Amino acid sequence: MTEATVRPALVVEGLAVTLGRGVHRRRVVSDVSFTVAPGKAVALVGESGSGKSVTARSLVGLAGDGADVTARALRYGNIDLSALDERAWRRLRGKDIGFVLQDALVSLDPLRVVGDEIAEALAAHGWGTAASRKRRVLELLDSVGIPEPELRARQRPDQLSGGLRQRALIATALALDPPILIADEPTTALDTTVQAQILALLETIKQRGTGLLIISHDLAVVSRIADEVVVLNHGEAMEQGPTAEVLSRPRHAYTRLLINSVPGARPRKPRAAPATTETVLEADGLVKSYVGPDGVDRVAVDDVGFALKAGRTIGIVGESGSGKSTTARIALGLLDPDHGAVRFDGAPWAGSGEARVRERDRRRQRPHLGVVYQDPLSSFDPRWTVAEILGDALDAGGVPAAEHATRIGELLERVRLPVETAGRRPLQLSGGQRQRIAIARSLAASPKVIVCDEPVSALDVSVQAQVLELLDELQRETGVAYLFISHDLGVIRQVSDEVLVMFGGRVVERGPTEEVLGNPQHLFTQKLVAAIPAHVAGLDAVGASLPG
Amino acid sequence: MSSVTVSAAGTAAGLLSRRRIGSAGRRVLSRVLAAVLVLFASATVTFFALHLTPGDPVRAVLGGPTANPSPATIAATIAEFGLDQPLHVQYGLYMSRLASGNLGMSFSQRQPVVDVIAAQVGPTLQLMASSIVVAWLLALASVMATTRRHPLLQGLGSALETISAALPQFWLALVLLAIFAFGLRWFPPQGNQGALSLVLPTLALALPLAGFLAQVTRESLELALDQPFILSARTRGLSDGAVRWRHALRHAVLPGISLSAWAVGSLIGNAVLVEVIFSRQGLGRVLYQAVTRQDMPLTIGVTLLVTLVYILASAAADLIFVLVDPRLKAQHL
Repeated sequence: MTEATVRPALVVEGLAVTLGRGVHRRRVVSDVSFTVAPGKAVALVGESGSGKSVTARSLVGLAGDGADVTARALRYGNIDLSALDERAWRRLRGKDIGFVLQDALVSLDPLRVVGDEIAEALAAHGWGTAASRKRRVLELLDSVGIPEPELRARQRPDQLSGGLRQRALIATALALDPPILIADEPTTALDTTVQAQILALLETIKQRGTGLLIISHDLAVVSRIADEVVVLNHGEAMEQGPTAEVLSRPRHAYTRLLINSVPGARPRKPRAAPATTETVLEADGLVKSYVGPDGVDRVAVDDVGFALKAGRTIGIVGESGSGKSTTARIALGLLDPDHGAVRFDGAPWAGSGEARVRERDRRRQRPHLGVVYQDPLSSFDPRWTVAEILGDALDAGGVPAAEHATRIGELLERVRLPVETAGRRPLQLSGGQRQRIAIARSLAASPKVIVCDEPVSALDVSVQAQVLELLDELQRETGVAYLFISHDLGVIRQVSDEVLVMFGGRVVERGPTEEVLGNPQHLFTQKLVAAIPAHVAGLDAVGASLPG
Repeated sequence: MSSVTVSAAGTAAGLLSRRRIGSAGRRVLSRVLAAVLVLFASATVTFFALHLTPGDPVRAVLGGPTANPSPATIAATIAEFGLDQPLHVQYGLYMSRLASGNLGMSFSQRQPVVDVIAAQVGPTLQLMASSIVVAWLLALASVMATTRRHPLLQGLGSALETISAALPQFWLALVLLAIFAFGLRWFPPQGNQGALSLVLPTLALALPLAGFLAQVTRESLELALDQPFILSARTRGLSDGAVRWRHALRHAVLPGISLSAWAVGSLIGNAVLVEVIFSRQGLGRVLYQAVTRQDMPLTIGVTLLVTLVYILASAAADLIFVLVDPRLKAQHL
């Protein structure tokens, strides 16, 4: 694959896709054009519903049942893709155009070992014999940077780490060395440092001469790998051109909005010192270990402590398995620590051994410690209306039923939602609206502290920016303190006064946010800082030059 | 007695864990102990239930309520079967014989229960095995052929499945008998000679079960086909059929496998009716006769066997489940 053979390009001109049946039938992509040339990377950028994934799937003839795909030109080399029947598409998929989806845990068959998945890609095109396929599988696993390929080939996705899984998935798409590789959100479900490794792998693949089409919502990812970027919104290309140019001199308002919404592009807005410096939530020497399925003790949280003052925000940043969510659960009094103690509002809240606090003693205070999770949909009863959800929280906070209607109105106003929202159900709301309801619910009993566990991770970046803005305003208005958990240092930078960096259950670095970010000491913090968009070429300048 | 057994089991398990015998061995042991408890409970419940039913077992043995045996014959029968003892003594005697593996003599057939069961168990197991296999084949055929196909085909498939699942087995048996045995004369109406005689009883049992399994499997196949790994496989160049058979099917059969153990249990119950309707030899008929004649040893004997089959079916279902979904190896068995 290193020979400089001329590889075909993928040419898309005036692509339009219509989806759905009957009254739901609508055009989801219109007039999108780009060319994926060998050794180059094009990125389709957009938020959910922008039509970027449908565009990618149309290029392998898998836009979905009842999809109507038209284009002025849709060519791979000199093959006219719009004229292909299903058999011809099948010959093309995998062999000429490879496709990588996000989240290999569900994009690889969870019941099969990864070696079989890769061998299947080869067998589907009649490549080699069973024995030669087996050798090729090991070769491929090795080429995507998976150590011990012999062992890994016999493991299932759930037995591999997120990074290895994603590499294995990429290997299935690279099996026949396709000249074009489409990657739909290839790094989205991954930890920041793993993301960087996968991007490096994609970069290598690009340098070998493969044409890449990257689908992403993440401008940081795009700025690192793409030569050209197409910004999609509601199925239309808002703007396109060389990546550096589009990101540093965006011409379209939507592109500016996207860039401006990237969390952490700018430091936190300066704020007045809070009225009191009372410590509202304090943790000291927290330790928690679990017995794993192999019978070995695993320390999830090791000597973690913090002191959260009224009206302030402490951010805890770390990757999956770093112990940040366990810390949040202990702080919420949902999990007893093995050692150490938590005090909330001046009284013991959680402890171990003799100092263990009974749930009965916590119950009265519970409404004053709010919580907002990543996915509010799963923490709402889908049959309840917003008014019922908020009414329930008001009840728990001891608000008399007679006042509910007025208070619900106030809460909705506070989270900037129209009063009519009260009659809707969670499924009828957008992700951002749901998260606002979750915030309103946590505000119902005028809490002193809200624990936010990845509250914006599932949201589109422009919505993310609005929710972060809302949290900030609420803090100014009500003086609530936040314990803010996130894997995204950019988000943490935007909201936190103080940051704790967790790694392997321990706090490896802590201090005022800008100090830690400006001069990271620990290797892991340095990696995280290097990965945040503010430090990504192109975005840096934009962030500084934008108003507000 | 049961609490003693439980604590004994606990101690045994504790000893084993301290000696670090493989966790697989420990799980097998605890399953065997649980099975013994279930068998014991099943025998006990049947024993007392039979003694609560009205009627005189002695008269039943001697020819039913219309018989007119002499007092001497009655006395002899009572002595022979220990029927003059108080209930708890009878229970103790019976259980201690049971524990030593002696199922006793059948009142009504006047031969050892073991012999009666041994003579009848073959046709029943054959009928059950063929029913469960045919039910799965029909369910898979319907589900794989119609799920996520043309809306009309899909509607037809799920309508047929719903109708089959709703059919009562005894009614279906009578209809099959009327059409295919008496009407078309394709299959013999009764007996268990040859493979042909197995067809109608099997269908009577398998069709409703197939409808039920298909409904469950269809739903999980639809879920599986929506998973990203299906799209992922398609992008590698696999055909729709290949994706269904090689990827989706494996996910789709899991709930059905769990339910199959339950299905075996319900098949035995329905086999009673079907065997009676088709005049087949088998445990169903034996059980029916044993209960109507208040033949306690035979009833308990058949009940124990049915329980054992159910326990084995559950174990087999768990084993197959883990073979299909190896992710569960750690928690299962």
